[in-house]
Amino acid sequence: MKSKAIDIWVGLFVVVGAAALLFLALKAGNLASFSTQATYRVNARFDNIGGLKPRAPVKSAGVVVGRVVGIHFDDKTYNAVADIDLETQYKFPKDSSAKILTSGLLGEQYLGLEAGGDQTMLANNDRITNTQSAVVLENLISQFLFNKAADGNSKDKP
Amino acid sequence: MNEPAATPVTDGPLVDIADLHFSYGARPILSGVTMQFRRGKVIAVMGGSGSGKTTILRLIGGQLRPDSGTVRVAGQEIAAMNEKALYVVRRRMGMLFQFGALFTDMSVFENVAFPLREHTDLSDELVRDLVLMKLNAVGLRGAHELMPGEISGGMARRVALARAIALDPQLILYDEPFAGLDPISLGVTANLIRALTDALGATSVLVTHDVAESLAIADYVYFIASGKVAAEGTPDELSRSTDPFVRQFVDGAPDGPVPFHYPAQSFAADLGLREGSR
Amino acid sequence: MNAIAAIGAWSIATVRGVGDATRFFLAVLGQIPRALLRFGLVRDQVHFVGNYSVVIIGVSGLFVGFVLGLQGYYTLQRYGSEQALGLLVALSLVRELGPVVTALLFAGRAGTSLTAEIGLMKAGEQLSAMEMMAVNPIGRVIAPRFIAGVIAMPILAALFSAVGIIGGYIVGVQLIGVDEGAFWAQMQGGVDVWSDVGNGVIKSIVFGIAVTFVALRTGFEASPTPEGVSRATTRTVVTASLTVLALDFILTALMFSGS
Repeated sequence: MKSKAIDIWVGLFVVVGAAALLFLALKAGNLASFSTQATYRVNARFDNIGGLKPRAPVKSAGVVVGRVVGIHFDDKTYNAVADIDLETQYKFPKDSSAKILTSGLLGEQYLGLEAGGDQTMLANNDRITNTQSAVVLENLISQFLFNKAADGNSKDKP
Repeated sequence: MNEPAATPVTDGPLVDIADLHFSYGARPILSGVTMQFRRGKVIAVMGGSGSGKTTILRLIGGQLRPDSGTVRVAGQEIAAMNEKALYVVRRRMGMLFQFGALFTDMSVFENVAFPLREHTDLSDELVRDLVLMKLNAVGLRGAHELMPGEISGGMARRVALARAIALDPQLILYDEPFAGLDPISLGVTANLIRALTDALGATSVLVTHDVAESLAIADYVYFIASGKVAAEGTPDELSRSTDPFVRQFVDGAPDGPVPFHYPAQSFAADLGLREGSR
Repeated sequence: MNAIAAIGAWSIATVRGVGDATRFFLAVLGQIPRALLRFGLVRDQVHFVGNYSVVIIGVSGLFVGFVLGLQGYYTLQRYGSEQALGLLVALSLVRELGPVVTALLFAGRAGTSLTAEIGLMKAGEQLSAMEMMAVNPIGRVIAPRFIAGVIAMPILAALFSAVGIIGGYIVGVQLIGVDEGAFWAQMQGGVDVWSDVGNGVIKSIVFGIAVTFVALRTGFEASPTPEGVSRATTRTVVTASLTVLALDFILTALMFSGS
C-alpha cells in the first residue's frame, strides 16, 4: 500500500529532525555539561550577589565542580543566598571560601571555590561561611575617590 | 444515517422556490423567480449564458444565500439553516459540476468511494462493492483504477455522476451536464440521467442550454431570461409555443428577444462617421 | 478628492482583508482537532511538505555553513579570535539563519506548491464539490496541510542548523585549520540549550505557522484562472518572506535583548 511507504518516509523525516535537534543540543550546546552526576546541596550568603545568575558554574582551580541552582533574598538578614549543587565526587572542607569572580575582564560571573583546611567536609544542606561578595564597580570608584581625597587632605596639611 | 432535526415534508414538491431575488454585488441576477420541482421528475432549467441558472443551483445547495425570497427543500428553508443542518440536508443531495470536479489526487475508485467513506461506517468490502456498482451504472466499472488525468472529459463527467449518486440522493443537481460533449457521449449522458432518476426515484434538476437533449428527457422545462421565469411547461407545450423568446431558443435563431448585438452606440458613430453622412 | 477616496477605499479593503484572514485562521484552528483524528491525511502532507524539502534545506544549510566558516574566519582573524569560529557559526545558525533562511526556502518551495495546489483545486471546483458532499473543505484539505507545515518547519530548521555547523566545521577545521578542540569547546561553552537552541526552535514554529497560513490562504483566495493561480504563488513568496523577516525582528527583540 502506498501509505506504508509514506509512513516510513515521514517517520524517517521526524527521526532525522530529532537527531539534528539532539546534535544541536549536545554537540553545539551545553546540555552535555549538565552533569548526570549525583549532587549535594549547600548554600552561601553574600552581601552582594553582583551579576551571578542561576546555572552559573561553580569552579575550583578552574574546573567546574558544580552549579548555582537558585538565588534568593533573605529578608531577615538582608543578604543574598545562593543555593549550590556540588558534584558528590568532590568533597570540600567546611571552611572553604566562595568568591564571586568574573571570567575575563567583562565576562560572565561564576563562583570560585577555594578549599580550606578543615578536617570535616561539607555535607548536604551545609552553609559555606567564608564568602566574598562581588566587586561592584561603583563602590570601587567611590572608594578610589575617597582615598584620593584623603591623600589630598593629608598632603595639604602642613 | 442521521435524520435531520425537523422531519421533512414527504408530499408536495421536493424543491419550492418562491419569489427569489439574488444580486452579485450591484448586478441583479435573479429578480423574482418562482419554480417548483416535483418528486421523481426530471426538470430542465434553461436560459442563455449568464442568466442565473447556475446561481439557482447554488442557492438550492445552500452555497449562496438569497437576498429575498425562499428556497425550500423537502419543506425546510435552506437559507435559515445553520452549517450543521445544511450538511445534513446536503447528504441527501448529489451535485454534478460542469467539468466533473473530480479530486485529481485520487483514483476514479477513490473519488466515488469518497462520500461513502466520509459519511458511512461501511466495511471496506461493502464500500468496494457499492463503488463498483455505481461505476457499473455509468458504464465505467473497468476504469476504476485510472486517475482523473488519464480519462477523457466525458468519462470524467460520468465518474462524477457515479460519485454524485453514491449515497442514493433524493435530489440530483446537474450543472451543464451536456456542455462540450461529443454526440455519442451526449446520448449516453442523457440516457443515464433519465435512467438514474427513474431507478432511484430521485428528482433531477438540469441546468443547461442544450435544447435537443433536454427536451428529449425532461418532464418539465423552465426558461429563465432577464432574471425571471420567461416560460415554463412540458417539452411538448414548449415546442409548440408561440412565445417569441421560447421560439428563438428552441429554433436556435440568432436574433430575437435575446439580442445578437451587445448594447453599443450606433455603428456609424463608432467608425467615426457623422450621423447621416455618406 | 479622488485620491482621498481611493485611500479610504484601500484602507477599508485592507481592514476587511485582515478581518477575513482572521476568520479563516480561526476556522482552520477550529478544524485542527478533527484533522488530527484523521492523522493519515496529516502524515501524507508532512511527506509532501517536509520530505520533499529536505534536499534543498540540507544542501542550502551546508553551503551557508561553508560561507559562515570562511567569512567568520577572515573576520575573527583580524582580532586574533579565530578560536571562536565554532561559537560564531553555531550562534549565527541556531539563533537566526537556521529558522529564517529555512522559512524563506520553505516559503519558496513548499509554500508555492501549497498555494498552487489549493488554487487549482478551487479553480476546478473540487472544494465546492466537497462542500456539496457535506464535507468541510477546510477540515479535510486545509487543516491537515497547516498542521503538516507547523510540524515540518522546526524539523527542517534544526536540520539546516545542524548541517550548517558541520559545514562550518569542514571549512574551518578541515580546510583552514582552526583547532578542532577549540572549535567545539568554545561552541559548547557559548551556546545555551534553552536560550539559544530553544528560542531558535520557538522561532521556527512561529515561522511555520506564518508561512503555511499565508500559503494556504493565498491559494484559497486565488481567482480561479491560470493567471490568478500564478499571481497567487508569487504573492505567497513575497508575503510570506516579508512576514517572516518582520516576525524575526520582533521575536529577536523579545528573546535576545535581555541577555
